[in-house]
Amino acid sequence: MYDFFHNTNLGIVLLTFIEALALLVPLLIGVAYLTYAERKVLAAMQLRKGPNVVGPFGLLQPFADALKMLMKETIIPTGSNRLLFLMGPMLTFMLAMLAWAVIPVNDGWAIADINVGILYLFAISSLGVYGIIIAGWASNSKYAFLGAMRSAAQMVSYEVSMGFVLVTVLLCVGSLNLTDIVRALKTIWFCIPLFPMFIIFFISTLAETNRAPFDLPEGESEIVAGFFVEYSSMSFALFFLGEYANMILMSALTTILFLGGWLAPFNVAPFTWVPGVVWFVLKICFVLFCFLWVRATFPRYRYDQLMRLGWKVFLPFSLIWLVLTAGALMAFGWLPNV
Amino acid sequence: MITAILFYIFAAILLVSAAMVVSARNPVHSVLFLILAFFNAAALFLIAGAEFLAMILVIVYVGAVAVLFLFVVMMLDVDFAQLRGGIQRYWLVGATVGAVLFVELALVLGGWTLSPSAVRLRMSPMPSGVSNAEALGRILYTDYIFLFQTAGLVLLVAMIGAIVLTLRDRKTSRHQNIRRQTERTVVETLEMVSAPVGAGTTASGGYLRPKAPEPEVVEEHAPAGGHGHGH
Repeated sequence: MYDFFHNTNLGIVLLTFIEALALLVPLLIGVAYLTYAERKVLAAMQLRKGPNVVGPFGLLQPFADALKMLMKETIIPTGSNRLLFLMGPMLTFMLAMLAWAVIPVNDGWAIADINVGILYLFAISSLGVYGIIIAGWASNSKYAFLGAMRSAAQMVSYEVSMGFVLVTVLLCVGSLNLTDIVRALKTIWFCIPLFPMFIIFFISTLAETNRAPFDLPEGESEIVAGFFVEYSSMSFALFFLGEYANMILMSALTTILFLGGWLAPFNVAPFTWVPGVVWFVLKICFVLFCFLWVRATFPRYRYDQLMRLGWKVFLPFSLIWLVLTAGALMAFGWLPNV
Repeated sequence: MITAILFYIFAAILLVSAAMVVSARNPVHSVLFLILAFFNAAALFLIAGAEFLAMILVIVYVGAVAVLFLFVVMMLDVDFAQLRGGIQRYWLVGATVGAVLFVELALVLGGWTLSPSAVRLRMSPMPSGVSNAEALGRILYTDYIFLFQTAGLVLLVAMIGAIVLTLRDRKTSRHQNIRRQTERTVVETLEMVSAPVGAGTTASGGYLRPKAPEPEVVEEHAPAGGHGHGH
């Protein structure tokens, strides 16, 4: 059996397929319950009840929503570019799933444990903007196009400072492999020595996933619903799922880079009994809760403020911190792999 | 065997999409085909074992450069009928320039020889036991440090040039002074006054509107509601 799965071509393909299913099915259920959690958390913070009718505590609400989406008619605007119009949401959804291939959920539990894992993630997340631009352009609508333009500018801007944060972490680790990064966190989680970078990274992920307070691409008070204003039914649902899967992905990345991935918070008995996957999921849930918390707390940024924050605050700061980190590593001889 | 099949698939898609970049009628489609071409080039890099280069290609070209291309091309309002009309007028000039270029390229390729040092470099395999990124870094920051730094300087000059060319301080645009904004306190911005009914705050001198816009002057002729709006 082991021989079949590891040494024959068919076996390897089958094994990868099974692994992908084992990751994606919980992920999609996670996405469904993230929408539920968002509504519940927002409700609690605004002293409301939130969904509580479908199933016990409203637990079946996400599935009711999904069924409703499926039953609706898919509307394709007459003036739109049909092929690209349908490609936009599919691309967003596919990219959100694709990135999970390299995420290590436990020591050695990654579908593809590649050497350039972090670059792969960065590449995939920088592609996310295409789904949005294509959708905005293909819709042939002013609002959708404005939303797409905003989104493109915003995601490109925040990627730059995110890149510098990644470089800082990589300097301290000395490897581009995600599993190696988490192993390097065994001594200390990077959210402590690199605390400012942790904050910058978290805020940049908010901007990268188009979440509040940076949800200008879909700012409903100005441009109706932004890039997906023309979408309905399943094509809208794909955007929705992709956005939430991206949130989970970014939380996972934050966890891996700064919060110690699958590692237990303290390396002593009661904490180490809990399997690594559980710690990983718990940490992701914590970061996701911060996403929702931010949404409930902050009003939307104005566009010029958003650009100012990205280019005039985060970029110089992360650049200086990168130089400082490199200098400190060099001066104290802490450079890894030398 | 699988590698060879994959190579031919990616190479074929690369060539077809590269041809589509120049032949597609819609410029947006052209850019999208260009992105597809970049992707397949990255896949070819992966097959060759250059995973670092593949990822950098996707990050830099697809993730940044092509986004800006797409951004600009989508904003263009190109009249295709007019463009086609141009072809009929200029085909002779275009064909001549193309023919000259083609002949020149053929001459260059005909007299192509590799310098001995370059041949040796081509034969040098990747050092075993190190990752892609490390192997590249070892060469880039030792043997080619001067060229590397020069390239960086050229980029810096280009960046400053672009900023100087495009940045104009227009007097009409108003900027928010974030520091002043955050340092404002309630005391210096907000004043509580009890406005007498019918007179508003103007009578007490508590609130003065910075500058009355034009329409408001007209409004004064209309019978005011009595409740102090403080024109």
